[in-house]
Amino acid sequence: MRRRTLLAGALAATPLVAACDSGGGASGSTSSGGGGRTTISYGIWDPAQLAGMQQIVKAFEAKNPDVSVDIQVTPWSSYWTTLRTSMRGGTAPDVFWMNAVNIQLYAANGVLEPLGPYAARDRTPLGRHPEALVELYAYDGKQYGIPKDFDTVGLWYNKALFDKAGVGYPDASWTWDDLRDAARELTNPRTRVYGIAAEMDRQKNFYPSIFGAGGYVLREGRSGFGDERSVEGLRLWTDLVDRGWSPPQSAMADVKGRNLFLSEQVAMNYDLSAMASFMHATPAIKDHGGVAVLPKGRERATVIHGLANVVSAKSRKKQAAWKFVDFLARREAAEIQSKGGVTISSYTGTQDAWLRSMPEFDLKVFIDMLDYAVPYPSSRNTAVWEDLEYLLLGAPFSGKGSIESAARTLGRQMDRALDEEDK
Amino acid sequence: MAVFPSTAAAEAEGRIRKPRTKAGRDGTARGPNSRTQKAAYAFIAPIAVGFLVFYIWPMIQTFGYSFTSFGPFGGNSWLGGDNYARVVRDVTVWRALGNTLLYGVIGLVTLPVSITVAALLNRRGLRGVGVYRALYFIPFVTLPVAVGLVWNWLYNGNFGLLNEMLSWFGVSRHFWASDPSSALWAIGLVLVWQSIGYYLIIFIAGIKAIPQDYYEAAELDGAGPVRRFFRITLPLLSPSIFFAAVICVINSLQLFDLIYVMMSPTNPALGSTQSVVSLFYQWAFQQNNQGAAAALAFVLMLLTAALTYVQFRLQKKWVHYA
Repeated sequence: MRRRTLLAGALAATPLVAACDSGGGASGSTSSGGGGRTTISYGIWDPAQLAGMQQIVKAFEAKNPDVSVDIQVTPWSSYWTTLRTSMRGGTAPDVFWMNAVNIQLYAANGVLEPLGPYAARDRTPLGRHPEALVELYAYDGKQYGIPKDFDTVGLWYNKALFDKAGVGYPDASWTWDDLRDAARELTNPRTRVYGIAAEMDRQKNFYPSIFGAGGYVLREGRSGFGDERSVEGLRLWTDLVDRGWSPPQSAMADVKGRNLFLSEQVAMNYDLSAMASFMHATPAIKDHGGVAVLPKGRERATVIHGLANVVSAKSRKKQAAWKFVDFLARREAAEIQSKGGVTISSYTGTQDAWLRSMPEFDLKVFIDMLDYAVPYPSSRNTAVWEDLEYLLLGAPFSGKGSIESAARTLGRQMDRALDEEDK
Repeated sequence: MAVFPSTAAAEAEGRIRKPRTKAGRDGTARGPNSRTQKAAYAFIAPIAVGFLVFYIWPMIQTFGYSFTSFGPFGGNSWLGGDNYARVVRDVTVWRALGNTLLYGVIGLVTLPVSITVAALLNRRGLRGVGVYRALYFIPFVTLPVAVGLVWNWLYNGNFGLLNEMLSWFGVSRHFWASDPSSALWAIGLVLVWQSIGYYLIIFIAGIKAIPQDYYEAAELDGAGPVRRFFRITLPLLSPSIFFAAVICVINSLQLFDLIYVMMSPTNPALGSTQSVVSLFYQWAFQQNNQGAAAALAFVLMLLTAALTYVQFRLQKKWVHYA
């Protein structure tokens, strides 16, 4: 008798759990509105941006009482695997964040809704977003994503350490030679301070320097790593390691260059505009940190990347989803985003709020660099050759082996990975 | 006529004896389909179903996927043996295989260490045995993520405890877990440290099962503790050692969590520490190449099966079943 009740209990519990599960998802719609209301889901990964996104949703819902938005935050570490799985299972969010690494993979597999016709119909101000970014989210002549924010890379520096070493602060006139000289003078083995963090990081370090040297990462389906100019860009960093003006990569495997900068163990660091709020939250850096445009190599360059909002092709509420994406692409949403201080909105002319949110830093440099910013390189299966980069460049970045041969091997292997994409 | 005589025919000839049925008290025969047998099936059903659904079926599926190009959003297409060709051609696979075998060898170091500790803990009159056992067992039940993080701090070249201690002996700073020459050994050490407790439990139980009479007789004959260990404990423990060795090799071949936690993607030692399973993860979940990853998983399964088979063949030479 007792066994039977236990079994019955277990059986009864199963649908209950299932009910809870679906109830959780639907609760947003039932609590926030009555009949006739469409609820769409919005997938994002950054908890730091949640508050800002909630404000935007509130503004959107005030204007569109028939649509409500349910924000779903999935941590970055599992965002893409979760998204792929939910795509297969048909439970993907209606609208979600997309990045450069994944856009072509998603677009090529037909799981994103082409947004061009919608944008043309509703006169969505695509022209108000940086052209490089808009292009990044087009594939095969179709627009799949509408830019949301952007990131460029600047040279962050520590004024206190510069003063101590008697070196003048970086400015727009700096070249790579100035950067090297300063790194040498700022390095102090006794106090264990390094001039710069020459970290093996594609977005914030070696892509900008490759572009600055006149090299390229990807052009017409071929790798640029074997190119002499690209090697020159990479060598900027490995030289700094070899000369002892930067910690080797092995020292920055666990403690990122960013953290070394925040703890005042390195005087200069290339870093993203999105990290400004981190810098601002660290008292010492807020107090005596600064930022300048990237020093000039052969050319002026930085890398630009930004997120975009996309609509799932499997969504059953595409009209409502588009309404929301369209709202996100306009001035009102952009201004709310900028005020939050977390990211620079990609809508031209709304960045003032972001600049003013951290008056200690000269954040305008990030916008000044838009003129010569190179889009973040990506292909159909970017992740494959991005893995190769770190695998093969690790040795020269830790002071072991030559960068020339590592870069050439990388170029060959990347070409092979690119060939396989077309199969 | 059939080549093989049917069972019924053999029974009739009396070559095979029919299983004798046990007669109940009321005289009715109780066949193999009795209530107890049904109950037995009912008891194993949850495990059996779970095993079929979560192990056997995915295994069959994986085998199928290994011949396809696995679309990231569905829509697999048949590739034939291409994935296997890629596995064989790829240098990183061979490197990972080498690393994995090395982890297997390092993992085996756990056994002598655990046996020694088990023998020491089993001495009569030792106080606080429970405390020692718990101390050795704690690393095994701690989450691998926590273990990896803590050891990363210990190994850290900037502020790690290990460097601090070595500096007392004049050893200079070293980035243990991010220098390609030492990283694999650094992870191996954690692997050993973490699994000692598990094998300890097996060996303590094994030693306890050895009859005391042997030791008493040996003592009367004047055998010292070392001799008693090598002549009695070790041979009689060999079945446990064999079991532990099989489990240990399989576990080391599947090493993933420590590498995942201790090796950040920008760690220059990543290539020289990567195991087959971490490569599998990279292919399947970072590079969206589930087809090739499935082929890799199958190669690992074959390797594991082969090594286990070799161990089973070799056991006849050294395992004594008392």
